[in-house]
Amino acid sequence: MDLNTIWFILVTVLFIGFFFLEGFDYGVGILLPFLGKKDEERRAIINTIGPVWDGNEVWMLTAGGAMFASFPHVYATLFSGFYLALALMLVALILRGVAFEYRQKYADPAARKRWDLAIFIGSALPALLWGVAVGNLMRGVAIDADMYYWGGLLPLLNPYSILGGLVFVSLFTMHGANYLALKTEGELVTRAKKIAFQSWIVATVLTVAFVVWTFFATDILTKPGVNGLIPASLAAIALLTVGWFIRTGKHGRAFVSGSLTIVFATVMVFAGLFPRILISTLDPAYSLDIWNAASTPYTLTVMTIVAGIFVPIVLVYQVWSYRVFRKRVKVDPKTLVY
Amino acid sequence: MDALLLARLQFAITTIYHFFFVPLTLGLSIFVALLETKYVRTGDENYKKMTKFWGTIFLINFAIGVVTGIVQEFQFGMNWSEYSRFMGDIFGAPLAIEALLAFYMESTFIGMWIFGWNTLSKKTHLAAAWLVAIGSNISALWILIANSFMQNPVGYGLEDGRATMQDFFALIINPNVLYQFPHVLTAGIAMAGFVVMGFSAWHLLRKHEVAVFRPSFHLAAIFALIGSALVGTIGHFQGQFLVQHQPLKMAAAEALWETEQPAGFSIIAGIDEGAQENSFEFKVPGVLSFLSYNNFTGEVKGLKDLQSEAVAQYGEGNYIPPVALNFWSFRVMVSAGSLMVILALLGVIWSAGKNVIDKRRGFLKALLFAPILPYLAVTFGWVLAETGRWPWIVFGLQKVEDAISPNVPAWNIALSLIIFFVLYTVLTVIAFKLGIKYGKSDIRTKDPVAAE
Repeated sequence: MDLNTIWFILVTVLFIGFFFLEGFDYGVGILLPFLGKKDEERRAIINTIGPVWDGNEVWMLTAGGAMFASFPHVYATLFSGFYLALALMLVALILRGVAFEYRQKYADPAARKRWDLAIFIGSALPALLWGVAVGNLMRGVAIDADMYYWGGLLPLLNPYSILGGLVFVSLFTMHGANYLALKTEGELVTRAKKIAFQSWIVATVLTVAFVVWTFFATDILTKPGVNGLIPASLAAIALLTVGWFIRTGKHGRAFVSGSLTIVFATVMVFAGLFPRILISTLDPAYSLDIWNAASTPYTLTVMTIVAGIFVPIVLVYQVWSYRVFRKRVKVDPKTLVY
Repeated sequence: MDALLLARLQFAITTIYHFFFVPLTLGLSIFVALLETKYVRTGDENYKKMTKFWGTIFLINFAIGVVTGIVQEFQFGMNWSEYSRFMGDIFGAPLAIEALLAFYMESTFIGMWIFGWNTLSKKTHLAAAWLVAIGSNISALWILIANSFMQNPVGYGLEDGRATMQDFFALIINPNVLYQFPHVLTAGIAMAGFVVMGFSAWHLLRKHEVAVFRPSFHLAAIFALIGSALVGTIGHFQGQFLVQHQPLKMAAAEALWETEQPAGFSIIAGIDEGAQENSFEFKVPGVLSFLSYNNFTGEVKGLKDLQSEAVAQYGEGNYIPPVALNFWSFRVMVSAGSLMVILALLGVIWSAGKNVIDKRRGFLKALLFAPILPYLAVTFGWVLAETGRWPWIVFGLQKVEDAISPNVPAWNIALSLIIFFVLYTVLTVIAFKLGIKYGKSDIRTKDPVAAE
């Protein structure tokens, strides 16, 4: 396998880690105002992701950095092209990060409500915008011969991509609810299970619609060679079992199935793109792929060695940190940290 | 305003704000880890109190450093896509390595540190504190490796109009980073020392928990002295390196229009950039030669000669950086740094051995305001480092004007600039208010919020 393919796979892995981990973080943030009735409950909800959200967010930063290192033209085209959407997302992520840390430092309930709103917006908006972005990646955008997209924000807000955004929001909400059902106690678990099922229904309907539309509007599922059909089927099966597991009260399995849904869906997107990364709608020849967008073999070799050493180390200590904080969070101000 | 100016302004504002928080993270993470080490070794509860107290200040500061850092990861692609294309082969690698080696480490172990007081063993918890400190400083190292290439390109080639990496190890041991990283690290240590001294002074003036704040003060004074003395010394050698490698930056920092031998150091000057002369200057003879070469007779080239040399080397154009900005930035940095050395030295002497710092009430009152000094020094230090490179974004290889995204309209940049500026300002005000509130809080009540 050549270095360019290895790096395509590595970037895919980073996005899988990002969507899987930040997926439930975003979901928890989205559910915060709805599930937590009392302040202690809201604190407990935030505390379920308290020790890990920052480490989870690094998956996104690493994905960005890795793209810069391995496919700099993708980094340049994507972030200059999706400028306003990205700026908006950064604002949301800034608010969210600060809110986690500062919320409990204010005694005033009104101030805490404002921070809760920051967490909600800071979670819902990035989920939506990443979905919209992925929708546009699958559909392609008007990239010219010089690898630039000039269209601005409005063409990106097309119905197909907005549906993609809603799929992300609903899947992450379901994922977050499943996570909360495993990480909270008492009344919160009951509420989380209920909303997990409701969001599963919404997510399933939206996802089916999105996949059907994808079939007709893009070549992600149908192009010859590597395509997204098999992972899409696996994602669909995983998603269907989520509802079954929630109904039968097997919440650990529901969470695993939900996670697999996100993993396979991400694989579907990247397998469907491969070997392209950014599809041009103007001319297939203008698309950015793993060769014309890549760094030199020297840089890719250096980065392969670095990633080969450090990705496993990172995985070991992140998994360990989840083990350390594996207990359910009690709704008890004495034991809550955030 | 045109897109270029807006993009430069956006980078300046977001980066200066980011670096308001970063150096304190670098220094205070080490300070807190040292306190916790002392606690774990001796079992002295006062050191646990200190660890938690200064740890809280650390976390308030850390949060903003982290979120403003997210923007840094993406804004090269947003506003500087031509730079990203030209430099991606070289610049992306240290950024990705920074994320892999440092971001994961600091973010995972900060979570462990915050939430693990009752879950982890004492020693594991201490290890988490050190891993946060090491992670933060590794992060600084890699981003400075990236920045050092922009200051002093090494180990590269040029292929099809792109810079390509040819020697990864040359990139890492870039002589520039060997000055710049210790300079930034010691600046962070100095800043942590001054912030802790400032808050300790506030408590000592009110006789709060002297058993906690006297040792805090003493340790912080040592920190501040080591940091300020080293940051100045390293800065001196860094300056000499820059005289060789970026002579225009240093000539601008001295407002030296004509070549001089021996060269005098202007303490102040009236700078007329249009006429390319100083209307007045107060000069100490020979000192600039000393600063440049460690002797009092060396020739230091002036801006006009250097401009002619640059034209001969790179072609027509203006290669003189903003002179007044660099001249005054340099003086603010150096004056603040010198004052810091004096204050830190007094702090160490007056709190050492049997000396009781509480009696020096005038000095303690002055120290309440002293934390402003390191903030001024680091801010203007970076203004000098970055604007002194003008017109280059990558020294000698790419000009700033060739680096921006052609497809982003000026109003997009203006809009995001306004939003980031307002957001950063609000968050900075919130962070400083919270920091001051917690820094002044009574250490006996566990949480000021609970006390309200």
